[in-house]
Amino acid sequence: MNLETILFFIFGLIAAISSILMITRNNAVIAALYLILNFASLAGLYLILNAQFIAVAQVIVYAGAIMVLFLFVIMLLRPENEKKFLESNPKVKIFAFIIAGFVFLQLVYIIFFSRAFNLPFNNQASVEAGKIESIGYLLFKEYVLPFEAAGFLLLAATIGALILAKKKID
Amino acid sequence: MTITIEYYLVLSAFMFLVGVAGVLTRRNAIIVFMCIELMLNSANLTLIAFSSFLGSSVGQLFVFFVMTVAAAEAAVGLAIIIAIFRNRLTVNLDDINILKW
Amino acid sequence: MRELIYLTVFLPLLGFLIIGIFGSKIKSEKFIGTLGSSTIGISFLITLLAFFETLSLPIENRKFIITLFTWLKVGGLDVRFSYLVDQLSLVMALIVTGVGFIIHVYSIGYMHGDKGFWRFFAYLNLFIFAMMNLILADNFVLLFLGWEGVGLCSYLLIGFWYDRKFENSTTADAAKKAFIVNRIGDFGFLLGMFLIFLTFGSLNFEEVFSRANIFSVSTATFGFIALFLFIGATGKSAQIPLYVWLPDAMAGPTPVSALIHAATMVTAGVYMVARCSIIFASAPQIMMIIAIIGLLTALFAASIGLVQNDIKKVLAYSTVSQLGYMFLAMGVGAFTAGIFHLMTHAFFKALLFLGAGSVIHSMHEEQDIQKYGGLKKYMPITSITFLIAALAISGIPPLSGFFSKDEILWYSFTNNGFLFWLIGVLTAVLTAFYMFRLYFLTFEGQERFGHDKHPHESPKVMTYPLIILAVLSVIGGFIGIPEVFSGEHGNQFHNWLSPIFVDAERKLLKFGFHTHLEEIILMVLSVILALGSILFARYVYLKSPQVADNLSDKFSRVYKILWNKYYVDELYEKLFVNPVVNLSRNVFWKFTDGKIIDGLIHSIAKLIDLFASIFRKFQTGLAQFYALIMVFGIAITLLWIILSF
Repeated sequence: MNLETILFFIFGLIAAISSILMITRNNAVIAALYLILNFASLAGLYLILNAQFIAVAQVIVYAGAIMVLFLFVIMLLRPENEKKFLESNPKVKIFAFIIAGFVFLQLVYIIFFSRAFNLPFNNQASVEAGKIESIGYLLFKEYVLPFEAAGFLLLAATIGALILAKKKID
Repeated sequence: MTITIEYYLVLSAFMFLVGVAGVLTRRNAIIVFMCIELMLNSANLTLIAFSSFLGSSVGQLFVFFVMTVAAAEAAVGLAIIIAIFRNRLTVNLDDINILKW
Repeated sequence: MRELIYLTVFLPLLGFLIIGIFGSKIKSEKFIGTLGSSTIGISFLITLLAFFETLSLPIENRKFIITLFTWLKVGGLDVRFSYLVDQLSLVMALIVTGVGFIIHVYSIGYMHGDKGFWRFFAYLNLFIFAMMNLILADNFVLLFLGWEGVGLCSYLLIGFWYDRKFENSTTADAAKKAFIVNRIGDFGFLLGMFLIFLTFGSLNFEEVFSRANIFSVSTATFGFIALFLFIGATGKSAQIPLYVWLPDAMAGPTPVSALIHAATMVTAGVYMVARCSIIFASAPQIMMIIAIIGLLTALFAASIGLVQNDIKKVLAYSTVSQLGYMFLAMGVGAFTAGIFHLMTHAFFKALLFLGAGSVIHSMHEEQDIQKYGGLKKYMPITSITFLIAALAISGIPPLSGFFSKDEILWYSFTNNGFLFWLIGVLTAVLTAFYMFRLYFLTFEGQERFGHDKHPHESPKVMTYPLIILAVLSVIGGFIGIPEVFSGEHGNQFHNWLSPIFVDAERKLLKFGFHTHLEEIILMVLSVILALGSILFARYVYLKSPQVADNLSDKFSRVYKILWNKYYVDELYEKLFVNPVVNLSRNVFWKFTDGKIIDGLIHSIAKLIDLFASIFRKFQTGLAQFYALIMVFGIAITLLWIILSF
């Protein structure tokens, strides 16, 4: 029972529970907050896995920028609270849950009962992989083209968002 | 017990399917979007887990790009929702069914 | 010139195509009429030259076959477009192109001013094309092509004035009747052809006829073949029981009646029997049936013609009756006599019809002879030529009809006995009577037409053909003068045609020894009876018309039966037409087509509708629902992958 295991279970449970709670809340703001909690626990999980850069990026980008954006939009639009969960369309919802559960069971089966992974955890390699030097090295050497493309994508997204959300000029 | 990769994968699958269930069931468009983000994150978790256990940085690089795309998509998607809201004054998905027969 | 015989077939076809395609644009009637007539005229010239060429050759070399191309070659069936030029086909070709040419010229005058002038000539040329195919063919299939073609042209031409009323129905109905009754005969003909192919393995005349001599085929098979072929002949040549279309065919223009229903198409059956003489000769029972039916038809039709009041109807029944004579000749084995009568009949019957057309034209389409009378002084040429034709058909010497009819009567006597001769003579008496009734009521006696009619002689383009045909009716018989008169010259016509019928006559083996004296006695007897009949008609219709009324009152029931044509049409309608129509309407149309087939289609449509209404529910318009289906699909796919490991 080392530290890693305990931390995994703590963060894992928080992530799981917060995700379930998120999808069942009626109030949109509460749901957003639960999602932020989920992201934070994910950042913890990343740290356990020695992915330092990504953990930080997760907190900054996801929890810090994207969720803030979500909260802004929620505050702007002020959607009404939804009705109780099983009031509208109960059959479809139950069917959806059953299907999702079924797929989950299938995935579990695939994970556990297919050929064994046999991946020993090599701490040294893992730490090396998580260092920002390695990521940066790859980013600017072999994957510089996707990097630039990602830049273009962000530009397009920015312009798109601007135009879509703009008030029409009469 | 050591945490083998299966644990992370199962957690990731769980989060993914929770997100799927949320997308399929929720009425509010913004919450559906958040569930989509949840699904993306579960994919990220899988990638990081593999990257860590295999000792390769490529996985984390991939996650970097996934995050970029997710950010862009979230921005544009929310802009669309705002535009729809301006038109129909609702974000309840039950009322946005023009494709109905 | 014989090699060019195919031109006689295809020139009329060319005429049909040109007039048919461009006719509606050409405004000049003269051009169309001249073009239509000259194609036939050139065909006649070619035929004439071929005839003289054949005449100059010795008998063994007279048969000539020219093959154009192979039409069907499937399995054991080898059918070619090839034409046979021999004595029989030359005679027929001369009649068809000669009389056809004359009638074409006549039609230029008769159809003047008709808005369908070009259509008429196009159809006439098409008819000659089909008829020439029929006559010149050297195999059954090409003959059948012509057979069907003339039936088609008959339909087209009977219904030429398609928007006119005719008796109780329309000309279209008359045309349909002709076509359908013909078709029934054609069915028989087809069965005969199938049986021929089955028995002899070929449909080529030369092969079939030579094999008919050699192969050992049972009399029963020959009987069936002959019977089926004869059924086809009864349809085409209007014998009992399929004669009913010919009187109705008078709905068409008079030149059509003259050409098709007197001279050419209706003689196709006779020609076919003559051509297949060997087959018929091998089936003696069928020959007897043919003779009996021919005789009965002759008598039957003549009796109906006695009381008809429409000038064309009388001539129509007369045609049926004379065709009966031709079949009588075929049935007793006198093939050349039959063809001889075919030729002379073409002359005087065409003349009678054209004369009738001349009268109808000048009386502004009035056809009831009760409204005629005394037209002699207005239409002298028509009157004289009509008289000549009436004398010819009554068998008065020295006109052509006398020689041909007498030859038939003589052979009936020698080959089949006294009874056949007697009924034949009785029919001849009736023929003379009704023919002269027609003549006297139309051209002589009191004028019974109103003042609105101004009868006048027809233009030269119509009277010249009448004159030519009258001349032919007078002198046409001289090529067939019987032996009893011409001594060692023999009967020229008979000598010309006899090589064709050698095999058949050998099979028939007629015994009996008859003297020239018997022949002369019978001849004189029939002439006296015919003259007596003419004089009686003169008495009844010219001197004291009330005799006719008295007779018809005394025998009113007989009169009624005759006037209603023995109610045969009504009988057929009840027996055949109504059941078939009812069957078609109630069973096939309303039930099979309406309920079953339409029902099938409707239920397929309803089924699709049902499925659609189920599948429609999937188009909810909600993206989440579609996503749900996608996830469902993923679940299925994963399941399948898992299970296949």
